[in-house]
Amino acid sequence: MSRKILGPFNRVEGDLAVNLTLDGERVSSAQVTSPMYRGFERALVGRPLADALVVVPRICGICSVSQSVAAVRLIQALTGVSPAANGERVMNIVHACENLADHLTHFYLFFAPDLAHADYAGQPWHADWAARLGSGGPAARQWLAARATLLRMVGLLAGRWPHTLALQPGGVTRTVDAVERLRLLGWLAEVRQFVETVLLGVPIEQMLALQQPDDLDALRAGAGDAGRWLRAADALDFARLGRAGDRFLAFAAYHNQGNAPWPAGLWADGRAQPLDLSLLSEDVSHSWYEAAPPRHPAAGDTLPNPHKHGAYSWNKAPRLAGLPAETGALARQLLAGQPCLTALVRQHGGSVLTRLLARQIEAAWLVQAIQCWLAALELSEPFIQPPTHTPLTDGMAAGLTEAARGALGHWASVEGGRISRYQIIAPTSWNFSPRDAHGQPGPLEIALEGVANQDVRIQHVVRSFDPCMVCTVH
Amino acid sequence: MKTLVWLGAGGCGGCSMSLLTAESPDCLTALAQAGIELVWHPSLSALSGTELLATLDAMEAGRQPLDILCIEGALLTAFAGQCQTLGGGEPLVARVARLARVAQCVVAVGGCAAFGGVGAADDAGIGGRGLQFDGDQPGGVLGAGFIARGGLPVVNIAGCPTHPGWVLDTLALLAAHALPASGLDSLQRPRFYADRLVHHGCPRNEFYEFKATAHALGQQGCLIEHLGCRGTQAHADCNIRPWHGGSSCLKGGFSCIDCTAPDFAAPHRQPLTTPKLAGLPTILPSDMPKAWFVALSALSKSATPARLRHNAQSDRLDIAPTPPTGKRR
Repeated sequence: MSRKILGPFNRVEGDLAVNLTLDGERVSSAQVTSPMYRGFERALVGRPLADALVVVPRICGICSVSQSVAAVRLIQALTGVSPAANGERVMNIVHACENLADHLTHFYLFFAPDLAHADYAGQPWHADWAARLGSGGPAARQWLAARATLLRMVGLLAGRWPHTLALQPGGVTRTVDAVERLRLLGWLAEVRQFVETVLLGVPIEQMLALQQPDDLDALRAGAGDAGRWLRAADALDFARLGRAGDRFLAFAAYHNQGNAPWPAGLWADGRAQPLDLSLLSEDVSHSWYEAAPPRHPAAGDTLPNPHKHGAYSWNKAPRLAGLPAETGALARQLLAGQPCLTALVRQHGGSVLTRLLARQIEAAWLVQAIQCWLAALELSEPFIQPPTHTPLTDGMAAGLTEAARGALGHWASVEGGRISRYQIIAPTSWNFSPRDAHGQPGPLEIALEGVANQDVRIQHVVRSFDPCMVCTVH
Repeated sequence: MKTLVWLGAGGCGGCSMSLLTAESPDCLTALAQAGIELVWHPSLSALSGTELLATLDAMEAGRQPLDILCIEGALLTAFAGQCQTLGGGEPLVARVARLARVAQCVVAVGGCAAFGGVGAADDAGIGGRGLQFDGDQPGGVLGAGFIARGGLPVVNIAGCPTHPGWVLDTLALLAAHALPASGLDSLQRPRFYADRLVHHGCPRNEFYEFKATAHALGQQGCLIEHLGCRGTQAHADCNIRPWHGGSSCLKGGFSCIDCTAPDFAAPHRQPLTTPKLAGLPTILPSDMPKAWFVALSALSKSATPARLRHNAQSDRLDIAPTPPTGKRR
């Protein structure tokens, strides 16, 4: 037995260290450490509820809109305000632009550069990647331009990114006119061109029609980075790398007049099941917080204790019915019944392959969805409901949504108009959770068990979850 | 080439992510154009953690030059620095202090690294401090007297997040030795953007001139009187140098919250709410006698065109300006 620490991890959002116990050539167990604490949940206590809209986006500079959406949904639930239909559509567009930008950032900035690593020099697929993604390669400027275009769309609709105040209970602060919609559609056409010709190498419709694993051959043969990536994934056996517990969790997202195209649910034992939110809890037994029994986030607390014996992370351990769960694009796709991914997961479980592929399918879906929401805007109708003058009622509410990396939830109590409790469970809180009181490891900790002791291979597994550590520790 | 190391302290990464939205040129082209070599950036670098620590050690020992040290995020000092460690349990703040002593220039990217930011709120309990300020008070983790080897105090690119142009222009000026101490204001913010006010170039200026006021979010009028807009006090050029090619908070339909100020996220700064004293907003232009402001407001209100009065409380520009008639021409 020997030990090794990977970290500070580069090319992730925020701070991360992974402590590995090695048994010969393989990882026998892993401890995932979030080495930073910022106290957002405590800083919100005592503030007026409206302050949450300023404070919570600043939890995270990569998915700040997702944090805003969670807070807006929480305030709407607490106040009974229902958003204008156009407001919901614009909120969905802004949210989808951020999530698509995140998928591009994950693939091109965080994940793919490892495939250009010198460790792989000589492999038949490597030269191609190194030429695309190595220093001075064309990929960086191509994806940066596409990402900037997406965030230009967010700029028009929401003023700026990150940390907008345009998303409000009741809708959005910006009314869109016909000429602005044309401009947005034009920018989206540029993004679509990037997604189809550079990222996927196939039309969006073909990506969305993937039915079974054999259908991926067309993608493999294509000229896009998806094909280039799949050829490397085959060679590196990503289909069997990085399996966690195969228990997947998603909250509903992109609400539109009472419906949500992505359903909430738990995918376990090979099938979709209803999600019982009352069974959520956060365990702090291995976290740097004062000892306490596992609590539902509606009753949770955040009492830091950096000297606690046996603790190794600032992340708490979220559990559903006492068990860990994985969240992210793959969870969303499984719960929405995507047949190709369902077949792949039934074959080998969740893996580096299926996590990455799920994001690329979702990238295609997001482009199409943004186009639909833009087309559906009723330009002569309001974008925000007029304010109601009913006083804020005390109470407790939840605001749930999906960030690019998975299920995001905010839970708050309000007394006398002021926040008396605010608890957040971010996607990476689930995926990078430490052990709980029963010693159960979190999804990444499970996924690393048995992986060959090779830094770049371990990095593939870590990055396949697209960690967002600043969200995690908040 | 000037070497640059960028470390993430207790922030959200938003200033880095904002930097990547730069267009014409993109940030990689702009840095190359400025002659800056990115030795390490948490998101952009391929170097692993252990290689990073070795590089930082070499810089501290003088074996490798460090021209520009950028810190993003507040320095977390609670629990003896155990809120944030870098490689083997050492507090990040200790590493930052050592690197600052060898760097030619030290740059605080964003309001957190400059002033403590959101994390400076006492109730967060993290001891969030700026590099050379605690809120608006000189001090910070480097001390009020700190001067980097190149002769400048910490350059505070304040903002939450920072505009990519503020960061890229500051770095290019530093690399070219073209940012003198006189180029910084009293809060050590680069004057090229901090000598402007968000009010300058505001698309709602015509409403402001006639005190045609919005009463609710989504309306087109001036946001000072009822919706807490601090644009007449906020030091930034957001409406002159727009975001993402053409945007700003005001163009997005919501008020400026003065995010380049040290205390913009403090609990007393209620967002989108106008603080008032005796019925008068207390966020009026700071260098204008209040009596004159009141007098001029009354006068301009009495002259408000019906078009502006209507449009100010509508969610779109319903009434167009009337074209001049042939007779008047």
